[in-house]
Amino acid sequence: MEKAGIPVVQITAVTPVARMVGSNRVIQGHGIVHPLGDADLPPEEEKELRRQLVQQALEALKREVKS
Amino acid sequence: MRVVHYLNQFFGGVGGEEKAGTSLEVHSGALGPGRVLEQALGEGFQVVQTLVCGDNYAVENMDELSVRVLEMVRSAKADLFVAGPCFNAGRYGVAAGALCAAVQAELGIPAVTAMVPENPGVDLYRQELYIVDSGSNVAAMRDVVARMAHISLKLVRQEPIGRPSEEGYISRGILRDELVERTAAARMADMVLAKANEEPFESELPVTVFPPVPAPPPVRDMSRAIIAVVTDGGLVPLGNPDHIPLSAATIWGSYSVAGIDNLEGGNYEVAHRGYDTRHVLEDPNRLVPLDVLRELERAGVIGKLYEEFLSTSGLGNPLGNSRRLGREMAQKLKGVVDAVILTST
Repeated sequence: MEKAGIPVVQITAVTPVARMVGSNRVIQGHGIVHPLGDADLPPEEEKELRRQLVQQALEALKREVKS
Repeated sequence: MRVVHYLNQFFGGVGGEEKAGTSLEVHSGALGPGRVLEQALGEGFQVVQTLVCGDNYAVENMDELSVRVLEMVRSAKADLFVAGPCFNAGRYGVAAGALCAAVQAELGIPAVTAMVPENPGVDLYRQELYIVDSGSNVAAMRDVVARMAHISLKLVRQEPIGRPSEEGYISRGILRDELVERTAAARMADMVLAKANEEPFESELPVTVFPPVPAPPPVRDMSRAIIAVVTDGGLVPLGNPDHIPLSAATIWGSYSVAGIDNLEGGNYEVAHRGYDTRHVLEDPNRLVPLDVLRELERAGVIGKLYEEFLSTSGLGNPLGNSRRLGREMAQKLKGVVDAVILTST
């Protein structure tokens, strides 16, 4: 998608793979089985975690990336 | 032996970029690089026809062009089809690859082309074709054509083709068993020593390389941006309506979230066999964070959430296949959304 000019931010727990394939914007997700959640947290805290991750991702999309 | 040769408008002598819209022209006999090719192939080979087409016309009318070229090659009773060399001309490479693949598959005669490894035509067609590594130096035309002729002769005579490094073509990603004299340990020790001594050596297990993709410019105004979510974690509506395979998926789906504020567990399933999906099944927002994106949309942090999320299963996919899925998704989203959040398991 980036070849087509669409900026992408990837949220994943497996950041080495994301870097290996050349993702330009990578956010550390919270676990392979739930990159944007945590089943051990109370629902409100879990949602707050998700909100923070999404906001980090949006920040990354706003930032210039030097290749 | 009868050869049909394909050239773009530049090498076919029609003109430069201003002539890239030229449609297919047919010349009898060899033209430009075709003369060198004829010489290199040697006695008994004749370029009976040269097909010349503008690069823009070719890629914009690929299906129609393929049909016409197949017809020409068939009626010319060709024994061999050669396209290029294309060097680093991207559109030329894509067209040459597509035509060679079509001729080879439909007419059952060998087809050979040449380009630089970074040419997009390589990514698309190297698995099915012998693509000679042309390098980017057009002045080396004679050498490149000689290598194309070498492989062409072997294919026509149905002789075995050696390794990419021996024959000068770009790796097709094929693994072949081979009997060797020395054990893996001894060969490995040789390689380590060669590496330590800074001598050349050839790995038996080449690492896949991912050419860097330059980062597109950032989103200037997030409060106006349309954001789409794409996932390779396989989230699909209950019943998996597109039948996305649970591994090595060849397709992807796009699912409406219009009017939905929260992805409810009971409405979705996961087409992915590579991770424990219970947590996502319980709360799909853990993979496709729709709930918070809706809140951010309402708060004006993002302009708009795209009305569908795209999903496939990123498990055990051959690279070529994954790239195609990505291209198809990009085609749908290009010009429609400003940025993508990709979530991966």
